[in-house]
Amino acid sequence: MTGPAALDETRYDASDLAVSLRGVTKVYDSGVVALGPMDLEVRKGEFVSLVGPSGCGKSTALRLIAGLNAPTSGTVRVSRPAIEVSGGHSVGFVFQEPTLMPWASVRENVRLPLKLAHLRPAEADARIDAALAQMGLAEFADAYPRELSGGMKMRASLARALVTDPDILLMDEPFAALDEITRFRLNNDLLALWRDLRKTVIFVTHSVFESVYLSQRVIVMTSRPGRLSAEIAIQTAEPRTDDFRTSVDYAAYCREVSKALAPSYSGQPGP
Amino acid sequence: MNSLQTPLVAAGQARSDSHTLRLVRILLPVAVLAAGIAAWELVVRLNNIPPYVLPAPSAVFVTLVADWPVLSQSLLTTLLTTLEGFAAAAIGGVALALVFNQSKWLEYSLFPYAVILQVTPVIAIAPLLLIYLPQQTAVVVCAWIVGFFPVLSNTTLGLNSVDRNLAGLFQLYGASRLQTLRYLKLPAALPFILGGLRIAGGLSLIGAVVAEIAAGSAGAGSGLAYRIAESGYRLNIPRMFAALLLLSAAGIVIYGLLALTSHLVLRRWHESALGKEN
Repeated sequence: MTGPAALDETRYDASDLAVSLRGVTKVYDSGVVALGPMDLEVRKGEFVSLVGPSGCGKSTALRLIAGLNAPTSGTVRVSRPAIEVSGGHSVGFVFQEPTLMPWASVRENVRLPLKLAHLRPAEADARIDAALAQMGLAEFADAYPRELSGGMKMRASLARALVTDPDILLMDEPFAALDEITRFRLNNDLLALWRDLRKTVIFVTHSVFESVYLSQRVIVMTSRPGRLSAEIAIQTAEPRTDDFRTSVDYAAYCREVSKALAPSYSGQPGP
Repeated sequence: MNSLQTPLVAAGQARSDSHTLRLVRILLPVAVLAAGIAAWELVVRLNNIPPYVLPAPSAVFVTLVADWPVLSQSLLTTLLTTLEGFAAAAIGGVALALVFNQSKWLEYSLFPYAVILQVTPVIAIAPLLLIYLPQQTAVVVCAWIVGFFPVLSNTTLGLNSVDRNLAGLFQLYGASRLQTLRYLKLPAALPFILGGLRIAGGLSLIGAVVAEIAAGSAGAGSGLAYRIAESGYRLNIPRMFAALLLLSAAGIVIYGLLALTSHLVLRRWHESALGKEN
């Protein structure tokens, strides 16, 4: 396995990188090889998607980048901001489920990262209001998670990830459980957010269409153990709108990504 | 039009049906109680059963009113003991669960003894406690022994059933142990703790009664259970029934209060306290 996965080591200037993985592997206690070895470099401000079948280690890769798990071997580097802002956190994580605390209102859920960082309440309030407004949740600040729809819960989860103003946003199939219309709206909102804030986004999904629509670069992974198998740059006129979804370019890119994915599905029993 | 109206009518019907059902569920037990008391009264009167064998409900009621000064004093004593035992069980159970949660070593060392304390019948422990402890303390300790285990085991279960992703989130944001405990584990465990307290409330009353009865022969007590034992020796059967009635009422009130507390605390977010419709 050399091929496209072996990235040119000198392609990017190190200071320009938000995340870099070198020869990273992850073997779980059960002996399952979940990942690797994997090399990945993501530039600052880039929107990258990881696509692959279930069990290809894409979520594992994300958890390693977040520091939630330690790699078995290899190095994971995540750039830290030069100046640490109080209440700031360089990485934001959005899980597949909204992962909200059911006993706390939306506002208190969004406050959590700031509270854990011991930010003064007055300062925190301003940032919470901004994050809620950004996600269109201002009116729902005092609602409890169970009172919200699936899309709204995911917005609250995003607001919580954004409230620390992270440089890197890690998203683990965040919209997988949503209906298509809600998902499209959140896709558009996420793109608008990314254009405004220019955060680095690493987005895990198993939807080919979502990955092409959102990202500048789609990275296709194979399963057991997870490795990179292809890398496809999506070049199109920005900003992307719903028109892009119906364009010929979009269809062509989707076909290309699907084709790159096909081998890793062929060896498996049906979906 | 017709097709539109049908579901509306059906909905209205369903609502009045559930209303009737609720009324029936309240009225039926009351009717059974009334019928039981009437039958009891009738049997005693028709057969001329003397009150020292089986008092009529009316005689029990008369005794309850006549002996109220004595009985209310005893009720207060028993309730106070129960409350002390319950408070000790609640604080002790939660505190022990927190300690176990923070240190596996302590959990492995001490948990078996918590189980032993729980499975040994308290009525067998009570006489021993009465030898070594002042009577009032022994009674409270009995109430505590019976009550603390459900709190401990439920709290432990709750502390261990924290959402894995939420725990990951706390780790990601560098939460300290204390922060994780305060903002994540304790709130997540709250429904379990409240469930444990609900059981402990009733058990504390049982523990208090058992200890009072065990202490009864020693003679210095004045709680309701002591009144029952004392009235038994004196063949004052109506008073036994009256005291029993008060104990039962106390148990119901304790359970009701704890259930209400649980509902009020959880109603905004926990499934158990939400209406069926949402």
